[in-house]
Amino acid sequence: MEFKTFVFYFISAVLVFASLRVVTLKNPVHAALHLILAFFSASGVWILLQAEFLAIALVLVYVGAVMVLFLFVVMLLDINVDRLREGFWKYLPLASIVSLLMVAEMALVLGGTYSGLLESDIPQQDSQYSNSKALGRLLFTEYVYPFELASVILLVGVVAAVALTLRGKTKSKSVSPSEQVFVKAKDRVRVLKIPAEARE
Amino acid sequence: MVDTLQLILPGFLLPYLDRFMQFGQELFGGAWQDILTVVWTVIKVMLIIAPLLLGVAYTTFAERKVIGWMQVRIGPNRVGPWGLIQPLADGLKLLLKEVTIPSGADKFVFLIAPVFAFTPAVLAWAVIPFSDFLVLANVNASLLFIMAVTSISVYGIILAGWSSNSKYAFLGSMRSAAQMISYEVAMGLSLVVVLMISNSLNVVDIVQAQGQGRFADMGLNFLSWNWLPLLPMFVVYLVSIFAECGRAPFDLPEGESEIVGYHVEYAGMSFAVFQLAEYSAMILGTALISLLFLGGWSSPFGFLPDSAFWLFFKMFALLVVFFWARATFPRYRYDQVMRLGWKVFIPVCLVWLLIVGCWMMSPWNIWK
Repeated sequence: MEFKTFVFYFISAVLVFASLRVVTLKNPVHAALHLILAFFSASGVWILLQAEFLAIALVLVYVGAVMVLFLFVVMLLDINVDRLREGFWKYLPLASIVSLLMVAEMALVLGGTYSGLLESDIPQQDSQYSNSKALGRLLFTEYVYPFELASVILLVGVVAAVALTLRGKTKSKSVSPSEQVFVKAKDRVRVLKIPAEARE
Repeated sequence: MVDTLQLILPGFLLPYLDRFMQFGQELFGGAWQDILTVVWTVIKVMLIIAPLLLGVAYTTFAERKVIGWMQVRIGPNRVGPWGLIQPLADGLKLLLKEVTIPSGADKFVFLIAPVFAFTPAVLAWAVIPFSDFLVLANVNASLLFIMAVTSISVYGIILAGWSSNSKYAFLGSMRSAAQMISYEVAMGLSLVVVLMISNSLNVVDIVQAQGQGRFADMGLNFLSWNWLPLLPMFVVYLVSIFAECGRAPFDLPEGESEIVGYHVEYAGMSFAVFQLAEYSAMILGTALISLLFLGGWSSPFGFLPDSAFWLFFKMFALLVVFFWARATFPRYRYDQVMRLGWKVFIPVCLVWLLIVGCWMMSPWNIWK
């Protein structure tokens, strides 16, 4: 077995294990940690496919930022672990239909294109070929309108998030740094000259 | 590996080297070259990590000495000559202390959290170049790799706070994690400008691009480095590195009298690993600033030869700046920390991004 194949199977095994643990673990924080491991392994698979930009972007964006915020939420929620299993049987039929549909869809998509993934010839590039450069060139020439559109949608999301949490002026006392900077000594300190009184 | 060994070994050992190679060839056959590659890589990794860890230990010592001199004190001078064995004594003391685990703590996560904080600062050295050829892995997207790896260190903080089963530690970890994420945005934006003008994601290329230009032709290399045309970005990046490492004046977790940090429940060696993480992140930060803004291994004047010495010299000078800041600046309040990151640095970065973009499109572009 070639070394690369061994690495692929190892990473995939970790990926499958981590993904299973995400849904089977009781503690939601542990589940989120396994999700991070799953992202990591997925980026390892992408590195094997020589898609280094996608792999690093996955770690940078999902592991470095998204999952951090996700962990914040999961940790701050007051989750009662004992009550988590309530309604398991009630929701099982609906959930199984949804998951079966998803599996079928993925099988249809992946079965056609990627069957025999390991045998398929990934275009071998020389070591100086820059994946990120090629991706950037495509994004800003051929796909520039979808790209700009996506950025506008993200901007709308940012503005919406701010608008949802902004509830008028805060009533708390807070200092304004610009006012602080412009304060002069004579605004705050008054030097008084009081003549000494004569002793009686 | 063999070429290098032939260069560095004394002459009388060379026949033994040949015999050793033949022996290996007979024993392992075709796999021998692979084994040699792996062994050679491990040796190179060790050659980077061992001096790094020693450097971390002596950075703590240098910090105490330098701050001592700044405050007209002597600093540690009891253990060994000039106190030189002090870091080893500190390490031994911390090793022998009991590692306490709070009741109700998530034991595994509690113990793995310091490792999460420490590993990224070491891992990033895989792609840090020391000269044009002296680099462990010269990958195309090395700067992206560094950013991705360093962004993982925030997990050490979050997990430490959560697994301690203490509200103080948890709130402290939320604060520190929010601080790190906020400054990562400013750091990323200032790096975008650097990437724009150097037209590469490879740190070696970024350093080499800084050695070209009108001033470099005149022999004044230090004026052609990125710090001058990108002065606002340089300041933003420098301060963001301070905030990322949790150094003074952004060392909120250290303010045990007014506000506590994520590592209140840690003791002994598990606490020491957090300190190691802070110092190794600091050394990595100085290396990054030197490489991206201060020309890396290129010498300040044209008549001096370029060498790794200049990189280490710049890193040391920046480390002294870190110590200096700790000795002089008062600690920021938390809302001031967040305001500086979001309301000052990010707008400055965005404006300078636009200015540099227009500059590059104009006829006065100096980065062709």
